[in-house]
Amino acid sequence: MIPSTLEYTKASSIDEAIAAVQAGARPLAGGQSLMPMMRLRLAAPGAVVDLGGIAELVGVCEDGDEIAVGAMTTHRAVAADPLIGEHCRVVAQAASGVGSLVIRGRGTIGGSLAHADPHGDLPAAILAVGGAVIARGPGGERRIEIGDLITSYLTTSLADDEIITQVRLPKGNGRSAYAKFHRRAIDWSIVGVGVAIGADGVRAAATGVADRPVRLAGFEAAINGGASAEEAARAAGEGIDPTADLDGSTEYKRHLAGVLAAQAHQAAQG
Amino acid sequence: MATMETKAAGGIGDAVLRKEDRKFVTGEGRYVDDLRLPGMLHAVFVRSPFGHAKINGIDTSKAEALPGVHRVLTHATLPAETGVLSASNPPGSDVRQPEQPLLARDEVRYVGEPVAIVIADDRYIAKDGADLVLVDYDPLPVVCDAEAALADGAPLVHSEYPDNAAATISHETDGFAEAMQGAARTVELRVVNQRVTPMPMETRGCIGDWQQATGEVTLYTSTQVAHFVRTFVSIVCGTSEAKVRVVTPDVGGGFGAKLNTYREEFAVCSASRAVGVPIKWIEDRSENAVATIHGRDQVQYYTAGVDESGKVVALKFDAIQNNGAYHQLLTPSISHLTVFMVPGCYDIQNISIRMRQAFTNTTPTDAYRGAGRPEATHGIERLMDAIADDLGMDAAEVRRVNFIKPEQFPYSSSTGLVYDSGEYDATLDEALRLSDYAGFEARRAASEANGKYRGIGLSTYVEVCGLAPSAVTAAIGIGAPGWEHSTVRLHPTGKATVITGTSPHGQGHATSWSQIVQTELGIPFDDVEVIHGDTAFQPYGLGTYGSRSLAVGGVALYRSLGKVREKAREIAANLLECSVEDLEWTGTSWQVKGSPDRAKTIQELAGAAWAASSMPEGVEPVLEATTFHDPPNFTFPFGTHVCEVEIDPATGRIEIVNYTAVDDCGNVINPLIVDGQVHGGIIQGLGQALYEETVYGEDGQMLTPTLVEYLVPSAADVPEMTLARTTTPSPSNPMGVKGIGEAGTIAASSAIVNAAVDALSGLGVRHLEMPMQPARVWGAIQEAKA
Repeated sequence: MIPSTLEYTKASSIDEAIAAVQAGARPLAGGQSLMPMMRLRLAAPGAVVDLGGIAELVGVCEDGDEIAVGAMTTHRAVAADPLIGEHCRVVAQAASGVGSLVIRGRGTIGGSLAHADPHGDLPAAILAVGGAVIARGPGGERRIEIGDLITSYLTTSLADDEIITQVRLPKGNGRSAYAKFHRRAIDWSIVGVGVAIGADGVRAAATGVADRPVRLAGFEAAINGGASAEEAARAAGEGIDPTADLDGSTEYKRHLAGVLAAQAHQAAQG
Repeated sequence: MATMETKAAGGIGDAVLRKEDRKFVTGEGRYVDDLRLPGMLHAVFVRSPFGHAKINGIDTSKAEALPGVHRVLTHATLPAETGVLSASNPPGSDVRQPEQPLLARDEVRYVGEPVAIVIADDRYIAKDGADLVLVDYDPLPVVCDAEAALADGAPLVHSEYPDNAAATISHETDGFAEAMQGAARTVELRVVNQRVTPMPMETRGCIGDWQQATGEVTLYTSTQVAHFVRTFVSIVCGTSEAKVRVVTPDVGGGFGAKLNTYREEFAVCSASRAVGVPIKWIEDRSENAVATIHGRDQVQYYTAGVDESGKVVALKFDAIQNNGAYHQLLTPSISHLTVFMVPGCYDIQNISIRMRQAFTNTTPTDAYRGAGRPEATHGIERLMDAIADDLGMDAAEVRRVNFIKPEQFPYSSSTGLVYDSGEYDATLDEALRLSDYAGFEARRAASEANGKYRGIGLSTYVEVCGLAPSAVTAAIGIGAPGWEHSTVRLHPTGKATVITGTSPHGQGHATSWSQIVQTELGIPFDDVEVIHGDTAFQPYGLGTYGSRSLAVGGVALYRSLGKVREKAREIAANLLECSVEDLEWTGTSWQVKGSPDRAKTIQELAGAAWAASSMPEGVEPVLEATTFHDPPNFTFPFGTHVCEVEIDPATGRIEIVNYTAVDDCGNVINPLIVDGQVHGGIIQGLGQALYEETVYGEDGQMLTPTLVEYLVPSAADVPEMTLARTTTPSPSNPMGVKGIGEAGTIAASSAIVNAAVDALSGLGVRHLEMPMQPARVWGAIQEAKA
């Protein structure tokens, strides 16, 4: 539980952070995922650059049809934000259930997405509303849709010298909810499902069922085709092939995806 | 109107707050890692990444070249007389004691086995250095499952033992076969008691400080058994026991994991000898998962011969215990304790037992809260439900039919124990009343109307504790006695110091022992200091484990207090110019019978004994007494736990909706401390029932090395518990006390599993293994429905 020797710097601007990242430093957001990995020596960056001193990376504001969330906004702030609560309730709910109070007070929305844990709650919630991130590198900014960001276990399409600066959440997803299942009061989700009822129908996205957050196409097709939530739940496992592990079999996780999709769908209507 | 009896808070039976807690809750506790010695260096162990491998060579040059690294020691360079020694040789078991060198010589046999020790300026550098030690391994075949290890053709853990057999304990009563043959019916059950990890809040850690000039060594270590450690350090490291001092500062939990002597404790002493400075090693949490003993890991096959009334007329128990790769201090004796308690609280006189112990490529198992008895209780309590199910009887009724009756005490069990006292129906009756057992079916119907399955489960347990009469420990092959020491020292000002051989690591002995002093000697609770944990000034003490501290160490204290009181009486008689027979004890003073104005308080007598100017003929100065108390018998606490659960069929999640515990631990010193022990014990049993399992993969890798995979319940996972007590004093000691440290853990797991099986019994589910994680429960529901 002792990290290997490393250089630590704290950036005061995005440009400074990008310069450090270009020089090989690993960005450190809230430290709730990277630090444990370093302590287990699963990650051993030679240098980290702390993004915690960059004021412009924190905060939530309206920007046209979207809500712009600074990447360093904590889960606690996201969970309590009235704009997100009104327009993207599923994201606020997912944020409110991450880890413990202490973790939510330090962990950030951008860090959670960049870390890309296959059991993370925020990626699935943001996928359910069709969000995106703004990434900035030495060559400037680009927008990456959430479905294109996370590509596999702990892997993203970010370039080595890019950092996430903003998360973009589309408005109009007030009727949305997140449901998850885990063993103890505070645990990683075994499976979590975000559901959003938007103008173009129901979208459902799950965590814990693949190497990245995925849309539950079977559930969506059934429910948008007029099926009951119970029928749609049975279709939720179509097209997903979760890995069996100590938390349960493939079949159990497929079943859970359906149970949680139906729960979230029910809650989203309220 | 009744008059209220008033007595000063702080005596026996009072629920006083613990006097030691202030320092712990304010962060002023002092643990091993808080100690810093001048010139001290830090050690990190290089550990095997393989479950089984041959070591071809170890290259330490890169690590030694790292700035800040002082030395890297391997088996070849670390001085030691012997390897780790086991103190456990159950008679008739043909126990095998494989060599366990302090650092692996040419083979590693489990993930985490220490291979080298890196000594550096700080822990960070030492860890970086450890990553630079290059060990050339050739992986060998592994076997982690005990049943697989005993099967033909299994990979061999130790090539010199061609069957992986570690020991076998067999026992059969005369007439067993006839009784089994004559049984009206038989009930069979296989029960797995899974491997778990103790997880004390404070991991292990130690500092070795070897004085080169004198050969004296001081070891500061987080242990439950300081004197054991001292004896073993002298043997393993090769120095006089009189030159070894072991200090245990505050210890943050043990649960049996620190009832041991470990390679690291010897290695830091030897490394300090080699390097010439004090050396500290602090185990980290991931290291703790592989380097500290595990508990349980036993597979049991029961066959009960039963008559039509539900009475067990014969019981066959065939079990396999996973001992791990080596024998730690007591490894082969833990499943021997299971053997003793196979019949539980039931009058089962015809019994046949076989306990096969196996070596596997896993961390050694040893004592974990309950140590062998939870395995016995879980199994027999599951069996009682299976019998009830088979006969269509009520679970409480089948237990009553089989209970040992109050008039049968002292009761000689078929496994060779003599149970001291018990009234099992009384705790059962009270638990059924408190849990509204009679009203359960209505609650079940309400849950079912709500789409949930509801079940209720019983555990009626007895356990053997108060370890132990020394003649018995010798007879069962444990190379240590079971007595305990106490010294009571009164100061000239009338204050008291108690030196105890027990080794509290969360139990609150400073409080309980002070209460005993107040009641027995009249010195106020706040005027008593309790000290322990330094072999330099303490007489030999055996430590704290096996729910022994009160029943053995507390009684040793009680006897010393009696000696002091009697000596004070002689001094009082001299001062009051009367005979000792003329004096009566008031609770705080000796007074001439019927004359309250002619009295001497214990404080006055302490001062007079110190001043020594007016002593009776032949009486030595100072009020001080020492006792080494060897108990005549174990003690046998018992009780009934009732658990009620609801199961969500959609997810398989089990929710404990009611939990009632009625325990009988004899007389109680401090009800708050007893309640705390019961709460904590139940939570540990709940952890095993619902969450915890130490899992190895086929390749010998541990799949649960962190607290993300190994699920320890938190406060938020714990249900409300209703606690109550009955009191059946033990006749084995003058205080009538028994012991409560392990009872909750022993009782809880079977109550919870029985409740869950009951909930699903309507579907045809007959058994569930632990941990009952949602996926397993959901799977059982699907299977039953299919």
